[in-house]
This record gives sequence, C-alpha cells and structure tokens, in this order.
Amino acid sequence: MSKAILGIKKGMTQIFDENGQVVPVTVLEAGPCVVLQKKTVETDGYNAIQVGFVKQKENRVNKPLKGLFEKAGTKPFKYIREFRVDNVDDYEVGQEIKVDQFESGDIIDVTATSKGKGFQGGIKRHGFQRGPSSHGSRYHRRPGSLGAMGPARVFKGRKLPGRTGFKKVTVQNLNVVKADPENNLLLIKGSVPGPNKSLVKVKSAVKSNV
Amino acid sequence: MDTIQSIEKQQQRKDIPNFGPGDTVRVHVKVVEGNRERIQVFEGTVLKRQGSGIRETFTVRRISYGVAVERTFPVHSPRIDRIEVIRKGKVRRAKLFYLRNRVGKAARIKNA
Repeated sequence: MSKAILGIKKGMTQIFDENGQVVPVTVLEAGPCVVLQKKTVETDGYNAIQVGFVKQKENRVNKPLKGLFEKAGTKPFKYIREFRVDNVDDYEVGQEIKVDQFESGDIIDVTATSKGKGFQGGIKRHGFQRGPSSHGSRYHRRPGSLGAMGPARVFKGRKLPGRTGFKKVTVQNLNVVKADPENNLLLIKGSVPGPNKSLVKVKSAVKSNV
Repeated sequence: MDTIQSIEKQQQRKDIPNFGPGDTVRVHVKVVEGNRERIQVFEGTVLKRQGSGIRETFTVRRISYGVAVERTFPVHSPRIDRIEVIRKGKVRRAKLFYLRNRVGKAARIKNA
C-alpha cells in the first residue's frame, strides 16, 4: 500500500546517526490528516481520498466548504488535498492519517511549491552557459541566439529570462530518517522544496527499487 | 519550544567541558578499526569554535612529526568519548588563524 501524508515544513537541521555521522535533515510537521471524502471510479472517474490538514477557524470557511466538512462530520481544515489510492475501501471518512505509517528507511517523493526567485536571467533559470568574462568579450550573461533565421519568428516555449521559482516541484527518492508519531514529526534526509511553514506533500516513491 | 530546537536538544551533550580558542585540549575520539572500536587521542590547540547548537564545531591544531595537522570535530558528536582541557590559553581573538603562519617559539600561547 502506498503511503501519503501532508506536512508543514519546519526547517532544516542535522542529526547524528548510529555511526556518529552527521545527517542533514528537513523537519516536517506531518499530519494528522483527516479523510474528508472518498472518490471512486464510479462516481468521480478515479480513485482518490480527499484529506484535510491544519485546523481552521469556522468563520474563515466559505459555505460550499462548510458543507463538505459537515458531510464528513469533521472540523474545518485549512488545506484540502487529494491522494490517488488503489483501493478506497482501506480508508473511512473521518479516519486520521498519521505519521506512524512511515518508518526510518522508507523511500519517498516530496512535492511542494518552490521558493519564488522573481525575474531571473537564463543562466539561473534554465542553466544556460555564460559568455566569456574577459578578453573584451562584452557578452556575459545574455541568452544568446533565439533560433534560426529560417522561420523568421521565435518558437513558442523558447527558454528565456523570466519569473523563476514558485512552481510545483517534486523531489524523488528521498529517505525518511525518522518518524516521530508522538510529536507528529517526519525527518527527511536532505532538502525539500519551498520555504519554511509551507505545505509539503509526502508520498511513497514512484520509482524506488525497494 | 521551537520544533527544530527540541530536535537538536535531544542529541546535544551536556558533558562537554567549557573551552575556547587558545586552550590546549585532549580529544578522545572513538575510532572503528574493522569491527573493533578503540579510542584515539588528538591533542592540540583549539583554533576556533564555530556555529551554534548541534551544528557547533571546533578545530584543533597540532604539530605531529613536523607536519601541522588540523582536525575539526562537531562538539556534540557521539564519536567523541570525552574532551580534556589541559591548559587555558590567554588570547585576544576568537579565531587563531595567525598561528598557521608561526612556528616554534612564536606560536606559543600565554597561560590564562
């Protein structure tokens, strides 16, 4: 069964593993998420569970969402997301999804919105090569040719400078260092996209060989 | 308490003596050889301490067989068995990089 949970990125630190080696970790406050709705092929065309995360004040919720929460019989939540699952019957509406399903050594994919960088040049945004620094090149960080003279226009999708970051980014095959169900914490080896306090989606790895 | 701080606190050691740059220390390091563990001693002058919390490290410089060796340890590393402070030094800066350019008598540090 694939595992999935929502979390809030708390920040990074380091811990010592059992060999005394330093391991860089990202700390997530993950779960508990509550199942709000079950979606099935018959009713919605796909199998998924809808979950809520982070409690919300009742007066902050609009009427349509209020209806959803009432139907599920839960308190309002700030974030509502869906997880594709193979078998919806494994879950019940109102069931809590907690971090205790994960254990150290699990391989996961992490999805989050990356940090916005504003308007950036081609080198930072797409990894373009830069021009020579010296010898009178006078061509340093410019994007270069935009294409052939033949079509007499620039093709759509041409990589150019522009707004960078603040995009959905998935990092695959990260390791769970530790899951702490008492404090709802998930420690992931390495970095995770996005700033602190942002929403992070954690799922079992799609491509892992384990 | 802040989540990150509470995680760091779990692994922070309380048995580390108070020492700083200029002090001479003897660091007892656990070394794994094959499947045997033994303790190796590294003695020298503390050049610097840097970082804070669980990330804090310190650098020890010693001259061994005419070759200067600098080793950096995490202060809270479980690989450190213990740290002995042998001598307190009197220095006027936090980073003693100037010792790298000095040899012999010039590289001495006054007793505190």
